[in-house]
Amino acid sequence: MKRTLKAVAFFAGLVIIWQVLCSARVWSVVVLPSPVAVGEYLWGAVQDGTLGAAIVVTLRRLLFGYAVGLAIGLPTGLLTARFRVLHDTVGLLALGLQTLPSVCWVPLSLLWFGQTEAAMFFVVVMGTVWSVIIATEGGVRNLPPIYDRAARTMGSRGLHTWLRVILPAALPYVVGGMKQGWAFAWRSLMAAEIFVTILSGFGLGQLLHYGRELNAMDQVIGVMLVLLVIGLLADKILFSPWERMLHRRWGTAK
Amino acid sequence: MMTIQSELTNVAPAKLSVQEVSKSFRGPAGTVQALDRVSLNVAEGEFVCLLGPSGCGKSTLLNIIAGLDHADQGKVVADGNPVLAPGRDRMMMFQESALFPWLNVRSNVLFGLKLKPGLKRAERKEVAEFYLRLVGLEKFQKSYIHQLSGGMKQRVALARALAPNPRVLLMDEPFAALDALTREQLYGDLQRIWQERKKTIVFVTHNVREAVCLGDRVVLFSPHPGRIQQEYRIDLPRPRDINSVDLARHATIITAALKNHAQGKEAAE
Repeated sequence: MKRTLKAVAFFAGLVIIWQVLCSARVWSVVVLPSPVAVGEYLWGAVQDGTLGAAIVVTLRRLLFGYAVGLAIGLPTGLLTARFRVLHDTVGLLALGLQTLPSVCWVPLSLLWFGQTEAAMFFVVVMGTVWSVIIATEGGVRNLPPIYDRAARTMGSRGLHTWLRVILPAALPYVVGGMKQGWAFAWRSLMAAEIFVTILSGFGLGQLLHYGRELNAMDQVIGVMLVLLVIGLLADKILFSPWERMLHRRWGTAK
Repeated sequence: MMTIQSELTNVAPAKLSVQEVSKSFRGPAGTVQALDRVSLNVAEGEFVCLLGPSGCGKSTLLNIIAGLDHADQGKVVADGNPVLAPGRDRMMMFQESALFPWLNVRSNVLFGLKLKPGLKRAERKEVAEFYLRLVGLEKFQKSYIHQLSGGMKQRVALARALAPNPRVLLMDEPFAALDALTREQLYGDLQRIWQERKKTIVFVTHNVREAVCLGDRVVLFSPHPGRIQQEYRIDLPRPRDINSVDLARHATIITAALKNHAQGKEAAE
């Protein structure tokens, strides 16, 4: 409770400093709108439904693409860890593509899929899949061999060993990879939404883009705040429970 | 049909026969002959300690008996059956506890039991609790591994190894990483459990006193290539105290043999 209060006080302090800077007219209101102006924009966007609709569009793209990226990346990572030939081929490809900033997929995706949802989906999957493969493979390959040996003496074989020993043992790495994949997917989706307008849905990136076109700084900052909150919530909702579980069981950190 | 009663009663301990086993590894410094035509017989219910300096092949031999490693030549026979793979009749304990951090204490003990066919859920639970009681950790069933001390971890590992009711227990320096006081407690516990549960035990160590304290027989290995140098029968009454004078006398003789061999080797080189 005390920690929450401190956090609230910190963010309230930031807003107050912001407001003070605005009132002091250090910069023009066109460059730095006041917190009140940004709040008014957000309230208006909530009421006319544009913000809610944009959030739905963006999150749908993100979650769908991310889920598919995970569904491809996790098993592929396990396979590249298990089979040397896959490690030397698919593993190498993944390593190369992982170093590629995921926004670089946007031009290719647009040429392949045109201005469609498929283009957005492709960018998010490409942002997710490679880092999940690399992290999963790295996690499995770094496992102490003693777990596998202990499991074998107890009669574990093949698929049982993979599902009950290797995968759970690699979980700290896998969760790390999932988190990194999420970050890449989120960044690449925003880049794609800012670059291109797709008529099948207006996402938050587009809202941000039009804020710039219209010179509406309250909109730009307002949407950025929404993006920040979504990023925080994703971390708290999607990953914190996993990380807490890992800390509790492995006894790492804190 | 397997029942909980048959599960908790002692099985007959197994007889082990190691026949002319050789094993070499290719390392950075060329080929190392870890074991050179080693033969060893272990009687039913016998407690044998394999003693020797590091690199003498004693752990390699244990892994071959476990079925985790294969001999280049020769074979291991357990109760008339050649050992080709790991089996539930031979459970292994390692120097690091090798417990699974993602499972709590009870689930660790249950891991091997779940792979054993014919047991119902409630029976498995009862078996796991029985062995956790045996090692004195029934209160820690729900704890995670990182919450336990080194000695407690090895107790859980012992319970996990005993739970599938194996006929042979293979122990690879299980107490080497523990402090002296904890170790002494575990010597007492292991002797008690060995007498209660009637297992054949092969115990690898580089600690002479530990070997004399625990073993019916101490088998001294010499390295490069790994061979059996000498065997000592230890007829001291049990339970043995590692600090007793009689035990120290035996240990002194074996230590001298160990040193002699090392010096002889140096002189020859």
